[in-house]
Amino acid sequence: MANRRLAPAAEQPQDFAFTPENADWARGQIAKYPEGRQASAVIPLLWKAQEQNGGWLPQKAIEAVADQLGMPHIRVLEVATFYTMFALEPVGRYWIQVCGTVPCDCCGAKELKAALHDRLGPSGHVSADGNFSWLEVECLGACCNAPMVQINQDYYEDLTPESLNKLMDDLAAGRPVKVGSQIGRISSEPKDAVNTLTDPSLFDGSRVGAWRKRFEQTEGAGPSEEGTKRDEAASTEARVADETKPARPSAGRANESKAVDAPAERASAGETPVKPQDQADARDAQAPAAQDPAVEEDKLLRTEPPQHPAAVGAGDDVPEGENPEARADAAGTRPKGLDAPREDRPDDLTKIKGIGPINQRRLNDLGIWHYDQIAAWSPKEVAWVSAYLAFPGRIDRENWVGQSADLAGSKD
Amino acid sequence: MLSDQDRIFTNLYGQHSPELDAAKKRGAWDGTKFLLEMGRDWIIDEMKGSGLRGRGGAGFPTGLKWSFMPKKSDGRPHYLVVNADESEPGTCKDREIMRHDPHLLIEGCMLASFAMGAHACYIYIRGEYVAEKFALQRAVDEAYEARLVGPSNIHDYPFDIYVHHGAGAYICGEETALIESLEGKKGMPRLKPPFPANMGLYGCPTTVNNVESIAVAGTILRRGGAWFAGLGGKNNTGTKLFCVSGHVNKPCNVEEELGITFRELIDRHCGGMRGGWDNLLCSIPGGSSVPLVPAEQIIDAKMDFDTLRNLGSGLGTAAVIVLDKSTDIVGAIARISYFYKHESCGQCTPCREGTGWMWRVLTRMAAGRAQKREIDMLLEVTKQVEGHTICALGDAAAWPIQGLIRHFRPEIEKRIDQYSANPHMDAVPMAAE
Repeated sequence: MANRRLAPAAEQPQDFAFTPENADWARGQIAKYPEGRQASAVIPLLWKAQEQNGGWLPQKAIEAVADQLGMPHIRVLEVATFYTMFALEPVGRYWIQVCGTVPCDCCGAKELKAALHDRLGPSGHVSADGNFSWLEVECLGACCNAPMVQINQDYYEDLTPESLNKLMDDLAAGRPVKVGSQIGRISSEPKDAVNTLTDPSLFDGSRVGAWRKRFEQTEGAGPSEEGTKRDEAASTEARVADETKPARPSAGRANESKAVDAPAERASAGETPVKPQDQADARDAQAPAAQDPAVEEDKLLRTEPPQHPAAVGAGDDVPEGENPEARADAAGTRPKGLDAPREDRPDDLTKIKGIGPINQRRLNDLGIWHYDQIAAWSPKEVAWVSAYLAFPGRIDRENWVGQSADLAGSKD
Repeated sequence: MLSDQDRIFTNLYGQHSPELDAAKKRGAWDGTKFLLEMGRDWIIDEMKGSGLRGRGGAGFPTGLKWSFMPKKSDGRPHYLVVNADESEPGTCKDREIMRHDPHLLIEGCMLASFAMGAHACYIYIRGEYVAEKFALQRAVDEAYEARLVGPSNIHDYPFDIYVHHGAGAYICGEETALIESLEGKKGMPRLKPPFPANMGLYGCPTTVNNVESIAVAGTILRRGGAWFAGLGGKNNTGTKLFCVSGHVNKPCNVEEELGITFRELIDRHCGGMRGGWDNLLCSIPGGSSVPLVPAEQIIDAKMDFDTLRNLGSGLGTAAVIVLDKSTDIVGAIARISYFYKHESCGQCTPCREGTGWMWRVLTRMAAGRAQKREIDMLLEVTKQVEGHTICALGDAAAWPIQGLIRHFRPEIEKRIDQYSANPHMDAVPMAAE
């Protein structure tokens, strides 16, 4: 955290008001956000105030912005002190921010800092002529052009102490300067060695529309190669979904517990990632739940005892670790499946609350392709599928049979 | 090497105009209406099929993330928020997208918003990127003018897109902190759950995605998820922008296939290692948050999520910082620690206090003014910061130090020995526990 305070009272101006031009601009900013959310515009307005006040933010400006947005003064003061780009003390006409984080640091930022120190003295002070002040800041995001500085709003990249000094001479004398790379690069390309993006057909428009062939082809027979690649990608999804923090290196000790209730975990278990109950709770904040029949129905579904006692009994003592089919055979009777979907058009079973892509695939493997098949399950068949999917009692709890009947009905 | 035909960001270096006409010739906004007419489920399936993993650092599958949004609105509006608060040290790829290929991003915003039922999108751009903000705003204005976006547009899907400007806080790259900041508060991360897909911006369902993840969407949908999945390797599909900085001859941004080896990446695109391959000390392969990997392990490693994770590091944002043997490695990691001390938002005690403590101890170690038993104490403290904070900044502060101690403990010990071998006026201090 940085320790940031307002400038001493002696330096604070007596009052602050936006110029009519800036006030218009501010109203335009506020209009970008929904009704009643005008606080969102606080950062843009503070920016404008800082710009109007010669690059730093006095207390009166903070209060003026707060009054305009209907926010308590302290909230805006919090924002102004939290974000490091708001300068709370006067700065030079050219405010130099040197990036000092590792990629710049190892490519010469130390020398730039030394050069600035020699010329302007310690950071944070305005030079005697009022032209310059400097500060070391954290990564400015131009690492391929290290080392670099930001002067007021512009980036100056690929610097050396000599070119920085020359740049400052030019600025002080009012001569025009070149923004960006100081060694003739356009942006972040390898200098004088660009060996990519040289194909002229990328730029003359000849490739526009070429991709549509894909759709003309696939309307005929589904290419099998595409299928395998898609399976491969689907395995990525399934595997990464198993691990809630995929790209993190192992820390050498367990710091994740299985109890984490994250959408990814739910998705990997085939559940709906965002629980209906959570959605209902979220809705509660806006409308009283009792008036919402959908929520009431949802609650009833959760509290009512399951309608098929046999299925529950069978589901609860599912033996662990056996072959799922054997386990399921012990619990009920296997529902009849189809060899292939009727007319090759399977129903989208994921529309049923509780069935995700993984369970849909497992049901498809059983020959279950259509809503009406699920709607016709007997309690014994429900028990079999419950045990097969290792979801004791859930099919009843989530009323897959009822949902399917509704979906089958709406399809016709 | 990835062929030019398979590159998504064809104006990465700004050799061509970023304006709408030129962007259309490069393939942006080509048949967007056709893609929208294919429907929401098709778009999400195609994105899932591409295996695209989020490009902002965590590598979470983008299609899956989109599918977390409620399928039907319960009356609250949905939002897409694009995270353009690029501030991970070493990362400078989103900047090039925003100033050179902004229409790919805007088109991606439209497609992603449609896929999750959002009619408004905010692009949160970091405060320092002033020129990029103007470039992006100009492209947005062009899109409005050409009626590609807007309340009534040629795609028949009402959609508004706004550019929001931050003010310099690394922590706002964390999705919930970004949402807080967008609501006009300090950027302090929120506890999860509730997740943004349920309660995000203004309490409404929100998805936050990195610029690169969104900007590739248009091309993926046009050419097909299978095309993208066919590039790279299993579980690490597609192309990625690599930002190579540090001690290479020609540092640059480049789009390459995931799974290219470190050696090939540097030799082909960056003019080779400064002083030859024998001069490589180590590399930080995914932005400053990931542990460093020493030369002998990284040199022929594949640059993808899984390989680097198995090396005890990570791909992160693919910001490859290359360090040669002239580097003061302890000092460099101490500088990274200073970064996290500076950027900690101050909300959770382990991070607020720990980042400063770790920086002070490391700074002494860089000079050798430390006790050897402090190395283990430091390691222990990093473990106590890691995993005990609301957001991942605490972890990000701890990992580089763990990487340093794992691979360069002898270097730290050598400095301590050298320091204590010489007479000094002050006693060597010892950190308080």
